[in-house]
Amino acid sequence: MIANLLAKIGCYVRESIESVGYATRSFFGLMAVSPGAMKRPGLISEQIHFIGNYSLVIITVSGLFVGMVLGLQGYITLTPYGAEQKLGQVVALALVRELGPVVTALLFAGRAGTSLTAQIGLMKAGEQLSAMEMMAINPIQRVLAPRFWAGVVAMPVLATIFSAVGILGGYLVGVQLIGVDEGAFWSQMQANVDVRADVLNGVIKSLVFGIAVTFTALFQGYHADPTPEDVSRATTRTVVIASLMVWGLDFVMTAIMFNK
Amino acid sequence: MSNLVEIRDLQFAYGERVILSNLNMDFPRGKVVAVMGGSGCGKTTVLRLIGGQIAPQKGGVSVAGEVVHTLDTDGLYRLRRRMGMLFQFGALFTDLSVFDNVAFPLREHTDLPEELIRDLVLLKLNAVGLRNAHRLKPSEISGGMARRVAVARAIALDPELIMYDEPFAGLDPISMGVTANLIRKLNDALGSTSILVSHDVQECFAIADYVYFMSEGKIVARGTPAEMRVSTDPYVKQFVNAAPDGPVPFDYPGKSLDEDLGLGASA
Repeated sequence: MIANLLAKIGCYVRESIESVGYATRSFFGLMAVSPGAMKRPGLISEQIHFIGNYSLVIITVSGLFVGMVLGLQGYITLTPYGAEQKLGQVVALALVRELGPVVTALLFAGRAGTSLTAQIGLMKAGEQLSAMEMMAINPIQRVLAPRFWAGVVAMPVLATIFSAVGILGGYLVGVQLIGVDEGAFWSQMQANVDVRADVLNGVIKSLVFGIAVTFTALFQGYHADPTPEDVSRATTRTVVIASLMVWGLDFVMTAIMFNK
Repeated sequence: MSNLVEIRDLQFAYGERVILSNLNMDFPRGKVVAVMGGSGCGKTTVLRLIGGQIAPQKGGVSVAGEVVHTLDTDGLYRLRRRMGMLFQFGALFTDLSVFDNVAFPLREHTDLPEELIRDLVLLKLNAVGLRNAHRLKPSEISGGMARRVAVARAIALDPELIMYDEPFAGLDPISMGVTANLIRKLNDALGSTSILVSHDVQECFAIADYVYFMSEGKIVARGTPAEMRVSTDPYVKQFVNAAPDGPVPFDYPGKSLDEDLGLGASA
């Protein structure tokens, strides 16, 4: 009984280590063919349009509402201390440091990540990737690498748009609806948000999330069994694994970046 | 006449399950050779071994004098540029038009100007009778047309070897006849060698120069279509005449019906 349990745990641990190792090897394989993919920027820009542009609506609308909620909650929390003029700073820091990169990455995993996994999985199921291999074309270089770099480029841009629209949402609720002083809102933000410590760290976070989410989506699609059941399971795995990675990486990066 | 493809003492297994054993086959240059047999007999595996998508456990496949499984990635890709393959359901790129599908290998492997690529693609599509369908998407054409577009794509780089995996599967009789004629005519026009994996007896016999019959991963009969038609081999006779029972049993092996119904025990 105990021996069986230990064997099962051992098997699970061994399989987990094996899959992490396999994913790491695949990541370096993707890196190795990336210089070849970089020689064709047209393929990458095509994918930036597909991945980035189609995520724009959900990112913008979500950013606006998150900013509006932050404006309202910030005002409610700050008013008892007479610090409502700090609202601009609170909204901006929350968005630029945390919510912008994290929520964008989660939305990106749900919108673009699932789409990438399903696309690659269906290409595999339809033998399109095998056909490419038989044409002496490396599908990792031709199909996966441009999508990967497009995701890495698109994520920081989307996170920046999310934060910018979120700040506007906070302004709309805080200044236009509630009546916080407009000058205080913008000047507090300008005085207390540091470009390097806050904005740049937020951009670095979104870059790392872009790498994690896009690679997870492509890896799941490429290694899905060519059946409708497994392609659908792979899209689910993309959302679950990418979201957990985003939370985990966010904690680690926050601890490193903002630990004074 | 020399052989373009030679298979020698080939053994291939997925884990414990042996798919091909002690296989020896020759594919002479300029000929259309059909590999026939029931579903699951290992026909497609032979094509995948020739294309280097999988490697054998024993023996080997040589294409144009090069042993496929010993080649490195660059060598394998160099060899594949001399091959064309038609997948069972065409495997067209669904996000590209018919034109762009055929242009794909030309754009990837050559530096030809776009005007020349356009002319070459239209010529290839003309050869398969689909020049006027070049603007359509794969979702807008029938299964038979998709198969012909895939043929045009497979011959885009004028390959020495063309492999067809079940080119007649799921086609209506007219499309079947069209595809069969196309395979023969293209082979002769390009001077290439064709390997045709199929279980459609009439079409294969009509266009093939030589036929291999496979069963359970082994060659059970070989010869010209005329020889196969009069063969006394029980497997070939069953296959050619589509007889329900014979060396390939109708019933999946296992317990008898009496045993399953418990009749043996009560008797």
